[in-house]
Amino acid sequence: MTSGMRGALPTASLQRLLDALSAKGYRMVGPIVRDGSVVWETVQSVSDLPIGWRDQQEPGRYRLEQTGSPEIFGVVHGPQSLKPFVFAPREPLLQIERSKDGFATRPTLPQSEKVAVIGARACDLAGLATQDQIFLNGAYRDPYYAARREGLFLVAVNCTRALNTCFCASMETGPRAKHGFDLALTELDDQLLIEAGSEAGRDLLSNLCLSRGSEQLSAEAATRVDACAQSQVRRLDHSDLPQALYDAHEHPRWDEVASRCLACTNCTMVCPTCFCHTVEETPDLSHQHTTHARLWDSCFTQEHGYIHGKNIRPTIKDRYRMWLTHKLASWIDQFGASGCVGCGRCITWCPVGIDLTEELPALLTPSEQQSTTSRRPEAAGG
Amino acid sequence: MSNPELRQRPRLAVIKFASCDGCQLSILNLEDDLLALGQALDIAYFPEASSAMNAGPYDIALVEGSITTAEDAHRILNVRQQAKVLITIGACATAGGIQALRNWGDIEAFKQAVYPRPDYIQSLSTSTPISEHVHVDFELWGCPIEKGQLLRVITDLVAGVQLHLPADSVCLECKRRGNVCVVVAKGMPCLGPVTRTGCGAICPAMGRDCYGCFGPSEGARKGPGLPPNTASLARHFHEGLHLIPVEVLRRFRGINGAVDPFRNESTVWENKG
Amino acid sequence: MANPYVIHPATIVEKIQEAEDIITYRLQLVDEQARQCFRFAAGQFNMVYVFGVGEVAISIVSDPDEPEFLNHTIRTVGRITKAIAALQPGDVLGIRGPFGQGWPLDEACGRNVVIVTGGLGCAPVVGAIEYIFKRREQYGSIKILHGVKTPHDLLYRERFDQWRRAPDTEVLLASGQPDKTWSYHIGVVTELFEEVAIDPMKSIALMCGPEIMMRLGVPILMRRGIPETAIYLSLERHMECGIGLCGHCQMGPYFLCKDGPVMRYDRVAQWLGQTGV
Repeated sequence: MTSGMRGALPTASLQRLLDALSAKGYRMVGPIVRDGSVVWETVQSVSDLPIGWRDQQEPGRYRLEQTGSPEIFGVVHGPQSLKPFVFAPREPLLQIERSKDGFATRPTLPQSEKVAVIGARACDLAGLATQDQIFLNGAYRDPYYAARREGLFLVAVNCTRALNTCFCASMETGPRAKHGFDLALTELDDQLLIEAGSEAGRDLLSNLCLSRGSEQLSAEAATRVDACAQSQVRRLDHSDLPQALYDAHEHPRWDEVASRCLACTNCTMVCPTCFCHTVEETPDLSHQHTTHARLWDSCFTQEHGYIHGKNIRPTIKDRYRMWLTHKLASWIDQFGASGCVGCGRCITWCPVGIDLTEELPALLTPSEQQSTTSRRPEAAGG
Repeated sequence: MSNPELRQRPRLAVIKFASCDGCQLSILNLEDDLLALGQALDIAYFPEASSAMNAGPYDIALVEGSITTAEDAHRILNVRQQAKVLITIGACATAGGIQALRNWGDIEAFKQAVYPRPDYIQSLSTSTPISEHVHVDFELWGCPIEKGQLLRVITDLVAGVQLHLPADSVCLECKRRGNVCVVVAKGMPCLGPVTRTGCGAICPAMGRDCYGCFGPSEGARKGPGLPPNTASLARHFHEGLHLIPVEVLRRFRGINGAVDPFRNESTVWENKG
Repeated sequence: MANPYVIHPATIVEKIQEAEDIITYRLQLVDEQARQCFRFAAGQFNMVYVFGVGEVAISIVSDPDEPEFLNHTIRTVGRITKAIAALQPGDVLGIRGPFGQGWPLDEACGRNVVIVTGGLGCAPVVGAIEYIFKRREQYGSIKILHGVKTPHDLLYRERFDQWRRAPDTEVLLASGQPDKTWSYHIGVVTELFEEVAIDPMKSIALMCGPEIMMRLGVPILMRRGIPETAIYLSLERHMECGIGLCGHCQMGPYFLCKDGPVMRYDRVAQWLGQTGV
């Protein structure tokens, strides 16, 4: 298996990988410490990465701590998944000018740029695969997403430490990066085990003069990743989905969670798979020129459920139910898999710490108050 | 496209009531766009910018400031008569402003404490938004207003397009900008989740917590929108971030403290304190 | 592959005032090539764009065999439709489309067609009716049941009269708040079912209008023996992109902009009338 090529690199020599990527013309992006978390930014050297830092995440709370260790990839993740790289928060679609024919439109496709992302996690790759399915493999291929996606080179990091909010193991998306990466690293004290997942990755590795990763090192990596999976304290039992959640439509728990939910949209913004967007039209004062752009939108906004003069989701209850039911249930009908990858970001970055791994079981526990009336009109038959 | 209701080059008046002039300065801060604005509009009355002060009627009146005196309560009626379209600019005109804190206090006591000759001061006991006195066609929120929103409203008005600005929470724009959430990462009592978008999430971008200067999101007014869930956020400030009740009260009783959703929430915490 | 976001200019050839706040716009794509390539099915929709304002999803009501001109009947209700209403013949709108799944007019061939519409929502089905009448011999009997709140809301009045005169065709009208001139049924459209003979196994039903009308009407049709797989509904949700990507038009597992707007009843039965869906 050529793409499964692997090798080992001393952790202290990671710069060689970065230099090789740089030589190939990639702009490198990695997690850097900012404002109490990590965000994706351009990096040049290993020293830009969050060496020695670790993140502690729990519902509604994120803290970084410096451990003083030489560990490079101790921070599991920040609020951003890979989503902003491909599905841009604000993407100008068209520039439109008045002309003799009324107007002329000019698509503003982004330049495809060679970007190497260092430190994507398995859940991030799963989220990206989900978005690929939506934007690239449906009835309409989105050319803006495609242009941004084309130039990505993904250096994944297998997780050896689970956060309190992680539940990728139960979603079967991690903690090991299984596919969708060019290279995958496992950080083992002073060694990095590197595996290629694509031709481009193999090509890069072959120029790095790696030492052959020993069986012992591979076994150690496997053990640590397995231990990470075992240590996850949250899980999401999705075995009865989608139908069980559809059946819970009238459950009183929706009212209870609505009393806590701020409808602030944070869960949808940090979600690696949420894809809702709206279009914003920005004309100039003379009305001769206008920019037609798309923006990240959310099913928690007022206008999301608007149909001429009426809102079909006027309450927070309606909106939370829409989000969770789509994410965990109707997504399966639409795309054949859950819309949740188990990254836990919606739990951490909810300002009031609403946790879908608590909400789902509560919603699937039958309630006496739940309406049992049939939703489907009875056909009398012949 | 043009607005059949207005003159080809609509006459604009910028009129001030009780305010700091900051929103008027936002107009002057339009810089390059100010030139285009001067071409699209006949700026007939704008004392902050020009000594030419032409009498009405006006097509568009931008009104800054709240009503705090009997004289102003009368003057705004005249402004309304002179203006085809009346738009309030900023938290004072739209919501009563920071000076609406007097609504919870004793105006006589303030006068006695501040002025050597309190009998010279003629002031109402309340600061109220323009909409409590006359019909307002559109409200711009913010302390100060955001110049892009102002330009957008003028653009649409001149083109005859129905005015509309998003009423989402600040969080949506904050996340689009790639900011790290200050509630979650720093434990700051940010009002972003219940505050109206429009500012560009500038405070969280600077590591500061939003203090609600654009007013409540969505259902700030009676109507189809949903009042923001201030109760849940306030509870989190108290139980999660350990603010004492009076601190929670002060978060909500600020620049837009007189708007229903924020006022009601501050009252809840007043009763707990 | 073509960029699905590109908007094509289209000239307003004619504006037909159907009611106080309802106008039919006859549009022609400006670009010759775009015009020649444009093909659509009855029941599909376009995203109609106003320069500097935005796009709105509007069904195409003209004949699919005459794609040279595109008719859209639009109720002036929101920000964008108000901006459309301000435009005059000769002005230019934008068009992106066609999108969505139309009416099952091939499947309806050789069968009796029962068309049930309510209020101002009848526009999406008018194209289908016109289509059927132009190919009248291919279809069985036609029954058009249409309900309005007030007689004032009755659009396409002369078309209803014209259809009523066609062979093997029944047109029944109902108004809940009639005036003195109203000579038809007084009440709601679902009551008209009692007045028509339906051969259930030979019939196909097309419904369009408020969801409440469909929710009440479908069980009656089913009690008359029409199978749920022969009942089609044109549904509405907020649509922004038209291509199933923006997420707004979801109804349960469906994106109505690409899976609909016309849906077979049995596929949506579970979702119809659910709060917040």
